[in-house]
Amino acid sequence: MSLTALAASITSLPAAEGGEGFQPPTTDIFWLPLFGKGDWAITEQMVWGAIVTAFLVIMLLALSKRAAVIPSKGQWMLEGLYNFVRNGVARDMIGTREFLKFVPLLFTFFTLILFNNLMGIFPLAMNPVTGKIGFPIAFTLVVYAVYHWIGIKRMGLGGYFKHMVPEGLPGWIVPFVGLLEFITYFITRPLTLALRLFGNMFAGHMVITLFVSAAAYQLLDGGAALKALSIPTGLMAAIMVLFEALVQFLQAYVFTLLAASYIAGALADHGDEH
Amino acid sequence: MFITATASSVVGLAASEGAKMPLIPHIPELIFGLVMFGILYAVVAKKVVPNLEKAYAERTAAIEGGMKQAEEAQAAAAAAKEQYEAQLAEARAEAARIREDARAQGAEIVAEMRGQAQAEASRITESAHKQIEADRQQASHSLRADVGRLSTDLASRIVGESLHDEARQKGIIDRFLAELEAGDIRPEKVGADAPAGQDA
Repeated sequence: MSLTALAASITSLPAAEGGEGFQPPTTDIFWLPLFGKGDWAITEQMVWGAIVTAFLVIMLLALSKRAAVIPSKGQWMLEGLYNFVRNGVARDMIGTREFLKFVPLLFTFFTLILFNNLMGIFPLAMNPVTGKIGFPIAFTLVVYAVYHWIGIKRMGLGGYFKHMVPEGLPGWIVPFVGLLEFITYFITRPLTLALRLFGNMFAGHMVITLFVSAAAYQLLDGGAALKALSIPTGLMAAIMVLFEALVQFLQAYVFTLLAASYIAGALADHGDEH
Repeated sequence: MFITATASSVVGLAASEGAKMPLIPHIPELIFGLVMFGILYAVVAKKVVPNLEKAYAERTAAIEGGMKQAEEAQAAAAAAKEQYEAQLAEARAEAARIREDARAQGAEIVAEMRGQAQAEASRITESAHKQIEADRQQASHSLRADVGRLSTDLASRIVGESLHDEARQKGIIDRFLAELEAGDIRPEKVGADAPAGQDA
């Protein structure tokens, strides 16, 4: 907390001469309870998540309902998105033999994460749902469960652990590599998967909020110099919004790609995992 | 100002009761994230992906079907070409046969015509011969009569009286002519042994 306070005091320094200090956004901007209080409050992000899910269910059903050999314009657009995941992620990562049964999983991840991310720049929401760590953790739990389950089902519990250590290593090194791989499979992967998505969305929203609130402060409460400065600040906010759009797409893609990669690793026969 | 900032942060923190460290998940959100995923996954796995994959399979089948159709059309065209060529060869053979027949028939006709023409020619020649013979006969008869009459006239002029009746009665002339034809009488010049004075 002291770090936030320190940051706040530093940014408020130049503004202090103009009157009241500038209050930079804190992490509190992510706490948006709508109904209820405390640990079981329904938050705004949950409502937006529900809206996104409902929107996706309706749109995907509507566009794929009458899927035909010769696609309609809507189906054609859906196919573009679907093929991106189906061929660009699932088939490339998992291989032509088994990819098809993981396409629904990966397509769900991609669309759900992408549209929840995009809420960060959607004018009515302006708050990425995935900026709350609960959602990335939920998605990661699914990936975690799926790839371990596949691995154990394929190779048996013992075989799965054996498969983590590459063949042909000197005996004395096996325990160390085994430990490292164990940490990778059970701690690093889920942790990074969830934190990467969360961190990007969280930080992006913080940055946008910072520029927007700073521009507003400069324009409304600042002196002449600060008012002039609000123009580049506002411009920066706009640039950050565009940049966030890119990051939001990229993070949805990265999450899906890594999920596919972990699944492919668990499917792979011993030795050709990497 | 340091104090204000700190104080305001503290106030802000106090105001947002329930706010947590960003890394601590809000449990309802975590659960709701799983629910969202579950709902969307069910829809995607049960409806969206099967629908699209069905369309893809149909598309592939349609393309492969089109290719098969094209192959069939090609095969049919090849068969038709073969048939056409066979028919063409047959037609050529028939044309050659007809030409041969025509040639043979032509030769036959020519031969026939030639025979006919020859027959006609010989017929014409024969009739001409006959005609000539008849004419000659007729000329011979009339000449005989004329010669008889002329010689009689001549003789009667020489003799001084008409010998016509007598000569006819006696058949002298005919006999003479017959002898002449038979070659018994040598033609003589009238004035050869007769005295020159008799003539004048």
